[in-house]
Amino acid sequence: MSFSVLSIIYLLGSVTFIIGLKMLSHPATARKGNLIAAGGMTLAILGTIFLYEHNGERLHNYGWIFTGLIIGGIIGVLAAKKVKMTAMPEMVSLFNGTGGACAALISAIEFRHLSENVVTTGELLTILLGLMIGAVSFAGSMIAWGKLNGRIKDFAFKGQHIVNQVVLAAMVICAVWLLWSNDGLQVHHHILFYIVLVLALLYGVLFVMPIGGADMPVVISLLNSFTGVAAACGGFLYNNQVMLTGGILVGSAGTILTILMCKAMNRSLKNVLIGSFGGAKAGVAKEQGLYKAISLSDAAVVLAYAQKVMIVPGYGLAVAQAQHACHELEKQLEEKGVSVLYAIHPVAGRMPGHMNVLLAEADVSYDKLLEMEQANAALPTTDVVLVLGANDVVNPAAKNDPDSPIYGMPILEVETAKMVIVNKRSMKPGYAGIENDLFFQPKTSMLFGDAKQVLQQLITEIKQV
Amino acid sequence: MSFIQQHIELIYIVILSIFLGIEVISRVPAVLHTPLMSGANAIHGVVIIGAIIVMGQAEADNYIALILGFLSVILGTLNVVGGFVVTDRMLEMFKSKK
Repeated sequence: MSFSVLSIIYLLGSVTFIIGLKMLSHPATARKGNLIAAGGMTLAILGTIFLYEHNGERLHNYGWIFTGLIIGGIIGVLAAKKVKMTAMPEMVSLFNGTGGACAALISAIEFRHLSENVVTTGELLTILLGLMIGAVSFAGSMIAWGKLNGRIKDFAFKGQHIVNQVVLAAMVICAVWLLWSNDGLQVHHHILFYIVLVLALLYGVLFVMPIGGADMPVVISLLNSFTGVAAACGGFLYNNQVMLTGGILVGSAGTILTILMCKAMNRSLKNVLIGSFGGAKAGVAKEQGLYKAISLSDAAVVLAYAQKVMIVPGYGLAVAQAQHACHELEKQLEEKGVSVLYAIHPVAGRMPGHMNVLLAEADVSYDKLLEMEQANAALPTTDVVLVLGANDVVNPAAKNDPDSPIYGMPILEVETAKMVIVNKRSMKPGYAGIENDLFFQPKTSMLFGDAKQVLQQLITEIKQV
Repeated sequence: MSFIQQHIELIYIVILSIFLGIEVISRVPAVLHTPLMSGANAIHGVVIIGAIIVMGQAEADNYIALILGFLSVILGTLNVVGGFVVTDRMLEMFKSKK
């Protein structure tokens, strides 16, 4: 009896995941969708604890289970509530890593457990897949986390791709060998199993290490789908439908999301994973042209007397935590009768859609945020564009210079506006490590300084205009 | 071969889920990519169920299994709870103010 109740619970759980993902795809229903999926997850977890039976035996060790749930729950809530919105990418990466580690651990325990009995090749295969994918995802996510918060620097050595391939091949060979020689597990099988684990962890590290910070969101999204597949392996192992649907849904959705992100940057996934932007750096040593700087008070006057202002926020704004100051400026300008809109490039911020979250946090109204196509249509009639800490997403080289590493990336065509004010800390190039011709155009004026300070000073100046 | 035979239903689920995942996601606007990634991240926390099963089946004297299982329950819970709470925090701010 309890088995059929549990089956229905799992069915409900799977349906909530699908509905949840679907609702997450529209801003108006997204929050509800997330809650629905969370509700389904809670139901599935409670159902498993109280109703799961294997060969007529209920689960035991309730003390351990609940203590684990409570500890994990408290840490999870605290971490999620305390994290700054700008640190969101590393948080997602960290949580992804814990999921991967969980999948790998399950495989390790099941291997030890099953090795006491006869193991079918199918079981062994799912255990090994869960172990490898989970471990790669865990190690990769940890490196991605470290890179995003600046603890780990980019690290690449000559021939790294070959080393990576060798490690990957060695891991697969060990796994296949283990599967092949499966006639009652012996000591050397255990050794092989742990070699596979170590190689998988090593591969995870090597795989993410050479990838640049700007590409990290793509990597996290990819690792996200890896963890989904690792979870699905658990579904096969336990004949558990909800783990399977949940895992595979994330696996396929994560893959599509990864591809969508690559498209927004106009790069192929292969290009992101193998060739990093860093390689092009050496070739680009163009001379800097002449640029003109603008003073704060001049910028304030220009902005206050404009009719239409478009703000282009970028990574620099996020780093400077200036989104609230940005909203203040918007309000101040609107009081002066200036219409203010935001142009959001798909990869602005540190993750696709990240900028929208940051601005939403600062109470900027959702309908003031224009997507790239809308923004490009509105730019020719805009008086002043204020670029705040964005660089590569407004670089005209993406359109004009076929030799540029970012050639072909869709950009915000800010040079079509009447005037452009660029706020940057210095003339240093952006993530892609290339010069931006926009800064040297006659229309453009540079306003140097930290985004937050500059914005606060601009607000005071505008008040006095 | 016998593995496929035993799991044919699960294999159907896998294939249909793959198409479903693609179908559902391909209509998402770029602005929601970050919360979506985070939401999907929370959903693969369903791996916690495997952790609970492993934990619940460990013999009382098998300390290695108990400790590893305990660890995997904690990690899995972190993934689920942290993932959903973070996503909710992000989406909370998307309410349009009119």
